[in-house]
Formats: sequence, structure tokens, C-alpha cells
Amino acid sequence: MIDLSIEKLLKAPSGEMNLSVQMNIPKGSFVCIYGKSGAGKTTLFKILSGIMHPDKGKIVVNDQTWLDTQNKINEPPQKRKVGFVFQDYALFPNMTVQENLNYALQKGQPADIVDELMELMELGGLAERKPETLSGGQKQRVALARALVQKPEILLLDEPLSALDHEMRTKLQQYILKVHRQYHLTTLLISHDVSEILRMADVLYHLEDGKIIRQGKPAEVFTRKEISGKLQLTGEVVSVESQDFICIVTVLVGNELVKVVTVRDEQHPLHPGDKVLIASKAFNPVVKRIG
Amino acid sequence: MIDWNPLWLTFKLAFIVTVVLLIVSVPLAYWMNASKSRIKPIIETFVSMPLVLPPTVLGFYLLVAFSPSNFFGHWLEQWFNIRLVFSFAGLVIASVFYSLPFMVHPIQSGFAKLPSSLTDASYVLGKSKTTTLFKVLLPNIRPSLLTGIVLAFAHTVGEFGVVLMIGGNIPDKTRVASIAIFDEVEAMHYSVANAYSMVLFAITFLILLTVYLINGGYLKKLWK
Repeated sequence: MIDLSIEKLLKAPSGEMNLSVQMNIPKGSFVCIYGKSGAGKTTLFKILSGIMHPDKGKIVVNDQTWLDTQNKINEPPQKRKVGFVFQDYALFPNMTVQENLNYALQKGQPADIVDELMELMELGGLAERKPETLSGGQKQRVALARALVQKPEILLLDEPLSALDHEMRTKLQQYILKVHRQYHLTTLLISHDVSEILRMADVLYHLEDGKIIRQGKPAEVFTRKEISGKLQLTGEVVSVESQDFICIVTVLVGNELVKVVTVRDEQHPLHPGDKVLIASKAFNPVVKRIG
Repeated sequence: MIDWNPLWLTFKLAFIVTVVLLIVSVPLAYWMNASKSRIKPIIETFVSMPLVLPPTVLGFYLLVAFSPSNFFGHWLEQWFNIRLVFSFAGLVIASVFYSLPFMVHPIQSGFAKLPSSLTDASYVLGKSKTTTLFKVLLPNIRPSLLTGIVLAFAHTVGEFGVVLMIGGNIPDKTRVASIAIFDEVEAMHYSVANAYSMVLFAITFLILLTVYLINGGYLKKLWK
């Protein structure tokens, strides 16, 4: 259970922004934080892990107070049980994969967990390699394994998948879900990818300019409730070709391209990069076994 | 045959000064990189001043400070029975001040180049500041440390003004090679001056060459 309520004035390139977030996350849930860059997502993670201090606020995790500015309680990052996977992975370049994991062991902690995680993340063959010789996906697995060594209660993933190709992403999403379940973690993931969020998250928080503007089940947040479609797909507009009265919109759904014909809407034109929902009411989908 | 003592003295001085500087500069550079204190610009200015100040100015003020007829020098002599003027210990202290920027600046810029996420990651993994410094930060700025060590060493070997002001020219005690060269030239002993100069030239060349080879990765390529 994470009970969080914080406020911090941030100096962003576009001017000052007040980060003001309240969250109440049940134990064991998988939470996604969604929002544009500069919305305060990474700062929120840094405050939760104790690397940054908010101006005021309170953080209680599983009945332990990590932060309470009113009563001057502020546990340092060393004392908070947090696993943090950084956007740039932050693997220590001077250590091998094995040494990176060993470094994370706490005083007196048995080293079995390192072997267990090496096996779970399929890192055995990489034990003696230095981080600079690893691919993005391998680094990500090492970072994830290292974050879990100290058996954290909450796991923070700061957009760790954004630099990977689609296939690698899907594979690593499976790894993340696997450890999330196996170690009964409460996991928070920052992500821009709608399909990733729909696949992984129980709860979604949409952050904009430092505030939570929407929250709830991902499918409900992303899809408008007034449409009761029988088939719904979310995706991203790749291109829009305008013809006389209609538009042919190409949408990327997962890793498939879908072409949809729409009526040209002068007031709300679609642009490449827009997140869209494709829904169909009277529709007869054909379901065919392909393998 | 030349007297080897000035050369021996020079390298002894440079070695001790380098060790002292390394111990002083790592915490200082760490603080200068991490601190947001208001007095930081003042400290940074003091550290950098030996770069531009004539060595004689630094030497002069240290001479005044260490003089037994003044408060600080008198106090040192009364309480610790130490006299820093015209002594080897005085040379060490003066040289530490004089070569400080050559050690601090490379280490500081080494720290600054490391991504802050490395420090954050180490803290989140439950490691203290000291553990993080010795296990994560320092091992990852090895080239900067090496540059600092060599520059400080070479710069101490090459100093003249400060040493002359504070140490004078006492054979076997404070007469280092650079002063001996000046002395021999004054006495028209060009061949002796040449011998000292050649030795200094060759050794500093070799030291700097080694650094560039190591930091440029050339030696690693040879080993492979």
C-alpha cells in the first residue's frame, strides 16, 4: 500500500510548474504513469525513492512513514526499500554484470538471490561481461535484476523499454510481469506506449503539467465510455491522406498497420502521432485460425 | 660527476606533494562538484589562483606566514617545535598550495562527467556516500585521477619561484633541481646545468608520454 501526497515547485524549461500529486496504490498492483515529457513523472519517482525532496508532503508505504514534512521525517534513499530501474539503466561501468548484482547485496544478505535472479533473467552467459559490451535489452535485464536483489517492496521503472525495438519490448514486458508476480511487488511503470499500458497495468495515472488529470483502469481511461463498441483498438496515427470528402487514416495498432476511411472533419483534423481509438459497432469480424 | 642530491630531492618532494594532494583533493573535488553552497565560488577561486598568480607572490605570503617572528610561525615553533621557513617541510606545504589546481580540476571534471544516475542508483541500493565514492565514483574516473596525479607531480618537479622564496637554496635540504640549474648557470658551469636539465627533460617527457598512452588506450591495444 502506497499512500502518497506531495507538492514541489519545479523549474521547467517552459517556466515554473507545481508538481502536486496524490496517489493511493493498493499493495501488489501494477501502476502505469502516462504523460508527456516534462509532466513530472521522473521527478515523482525520485521523490518516492528519496533522491529528491518535495517542498511538502507525506509518503507512507506499508504502514511505514518514509516522508512526513510536517513531522520532519525524511528517510534517506538507503533506508527506503525501493527497486529503481533508471531510464539510462545506470549500470556501474567499472563492474561486470555479476559484480553489479553483488554490489546490491545488503550487509549479511545471503548471495542466493543473485544466482536466482541471474537464472530468472537468463543472465548466466553474461556474468563476466562489462555493461559497455551489452545490448540495450541485456542492459535492461541486468538493471531489472540488480533492482530486485535487495528484495524491494516497490519497483519503479522509469521508461526502461522506450529505447528498445518492438520484439525486445514484448519480451521484456514478460520478464517484468514475471518478477512482478513472483516477488509480490507493487510496480510503477512510466510509459508512453498505449498498447504496453493496456497489456500490463491495473491502474493508470495520466499526469499533465504536474497534476493527475485522469486515473482509473487503462482501458477506461483511454477509451471514452460513451462509445459502446464491440471492437475497439487503440493506436497511433501514422499518416493521413485527404481526398475530396474523406480521409484515409493509417493507424499503427501494436505492430500492425490498419487503414481506416473516415469522414473529413475540419474542426478536429487528425495528425500523425495522435493517439486514437478505432471502434466499430455494427461489425462482423471474421475469426480464423492461423496457427 | 654531478651531485645527484638536487634531483633526488626534487623527486622526493614531488612524490610527497602528490600523495598529500591526492588525499586532500578527492574530498575537495567531490565537495566542489556536489555542493550548492554559497561559499563555493570563493573556494573555487582560491583553488584556481595558483594558476595565474606569480609564484613569488604565493611564496612571499607563505614566507611571511611561516616566519618565526610572526604569529603563526611563532605559534608553530612554540607548540610543535616546527620551523617551516627554509626547511623541506615548508617546501612540501608551499608546493601543495601551488599544485592544488592541477590535481583538483581534473578530478572535479571527472566527477562532473559521471551521470548522476550512478550516484542515485548506488544510494537506492542502500549504499552510503563513502561506499559510493570508493566503489562506484572513483573507479569510474580513473583517467582523471591519473591525469591529476601526473600533472601535480610534473608541476611540482617544474616549480621554481615558490621553492626559492620559501626554501632558499640550502644544499641537501631545499636545493631542488630547478634551483640547482639556476645556480650552476650563475656560476658558469654550463655542462652541469645541462646534465640536470637533460635528466628533468627526459623524465618529464617519459611521464607525460605514459599518461597519454594510457589514457588514449594505446597500451591496452598493445597488450591485446
